[in-house]
Amino acid sequence: MQHRIFVSLCAAIMAIMACAGAVAGTLEDVKKKGVLVVGVKTDYPPWGSRDQAGNIVGMEPDMAADLAKRLGVKLEMVPVLSSNRMQFLQQGRTDVMIATMSINDERRKAVGVVEPLYYASGVAMLARKSAKIQGLAQLKGRKICALQGAYYNREVSERWVQGELVAFRGVTEGEQATLSGQCEAFLYDDAILIFKKASEPDKWRDFDLVTIPDIAPLPWGIAVRTEDRDAEWGKYVSGVIVNWHRSGLLMELEKKWLGANTPWLTEMNGKAGK
Amino acid sequence: MDGVAQWFLWLHQAHGANFTIFYDAFDSARFLRGIGTTIRLAVVSIVASILVGILGAWLQSHPSRTVRWPVTTYIQFFRNTPPLVQMYFFYFALGPALGTALGSSTPPLGNFAWAVIALSFYGAAFNIEIFRAGLEAVPRATLEAAESMGLSPRQVFLHVVFPLALRFSLPALTSNVINLAKTTSLAYAIAVPETLFVANQIWSDSINVLEMMVSLLIVYNLMVGVIVAAAHWLERRLRMPGYIQ
Repeated sequence: MQHRIFVSLCAAIMAIMACAGAVAGTLEDVKKKGVLVVGVKTDYPPWGSRDQAGNIVGMEPDMAADLAKRLGVKLEMVPVLSSNRMQFLQQGRTDVMIATMSINDERRKAVGVVEPLYYASGVAMLARKSAKIQGLAQLKGRKICALQGAYYNREVSERWVQGELVAFRGVTEGEQATLSGQCEAFLYDDAILIFKKASEPDKWRDFDLVTIPDIAPLPWGIAVRTEDRDAEWGKYVSGVIVNWHRSGLLMELEKKWLGANTPWLTEMNGKAGK
Repeated sequence: MDGVAQWFLWLHQAHGANFTIFYDAFDSARFLRGIGTTIRLAVVSIVASILVGILGAWLQSHPSRTVRWPVTTYIQFFRNTPPLVQMYFFYFALGPALGTALGSSTPPLGNFAWAVIALSFYGAAFNIEIFRAGLEAVPRATLEAAESMGLSPRQVFLHVVFPLALRFSLPALTSNVINLAKTTSLAYAIAVPETLFVANQIWSDSINVLEMMVSLLIVYNLMVGVIVAAAHWLERRLRMPGYIQ
């Protein structure tokens, strides 16, 4: 009896492992499933946030919807955070990730970044006026709120603050801690901070926007799994992004969600048109 | 220590297993600081929770209902709510509210203090019940024998009740202390730079989630192992030869 249980358990484990190993191309899988699973942010307005009804809306959900429409499948959006967006992709919980991810060499090694890149942002801080912070040099020993997983955290923490950042998992917690006085400044991407300061002036009236040109802006990229990047799926997504730049869809979406077009995107649009 | 760093650097380059905490100066320093913070959190919370537990157990045996009722409410609140929710509540809700009440723009306590408060109250709620059970486990016959021998109530408590109650509560107290030591990892949610928080920062920067997870498991295993060893030593030391309950 015990021998039979053992053998059937082994067979079950082998069957599960065989299924996991037999990964056909992701493009085929998505079309067969009829659903495209996209990892998006839900706490980064206006690229990804929730509206009053709880739906995920924003520039990136719109991009994801367009991708799903081109494939002719349904769209399923999975909320991700900076600290788990790559892991979700690697684990197969999402097919593609459109989640405000700045691209550097380390991230290129972890996931398959699809060219061309679709946006760019630098670093900024919303600093309390009374804290008199004009830039990185004044940060030594201060309590600075940040988001876990941002690529500039290590540099700011090691060189400038010379201590740990008060880093949270989500934008809401970081905002809350900064507004309630637990931190003197909130360090994050300039794109979202500019938007927040402009769209919620009352909330941030005691705060100044401090841009940090010392840390070079990095472009954002859409990512697929490393093995997909040079395969069918990666090539397909790449073609879609080129089309977005060429057709001006990204410029349209930027105008819709941010109100104006940034120089970086305008430049990319011009280059794609050639 | 340089040899260790070299070996882990080789391991990363040759086999892709990236243990930055061994060869990167900044990462190893912050990981050690994180472990130090966890140990501090655990020690302070455990001591505070035992003291509050003793106080609560004493108040619970008070004849007056007006003294017993706040203790019961306190136990209910801190046992029925998850410790993470308690921590969020203290840091994000109570902290700023206290700040506004005191008229300052910054909350009076930092995140480490709130984490200690949340953990101590959480642990103490269970400790009160553990100590009460220990006290009630002392046989009435023993108490009556002590009284009939002419010992004053204070002497009865110090020399008869307390030693027995301590030995009875030790197993449950040990498991609660271990639980509290592990619960310190929840402080990462309010950005206390303890082990789990620092590991999260490291794996976000160096993208070595698996290696950091393995290191975390080993570190927590060792830390709790020390507590378990200390508890077993205490139990052996306190054992009364020939006393079987």
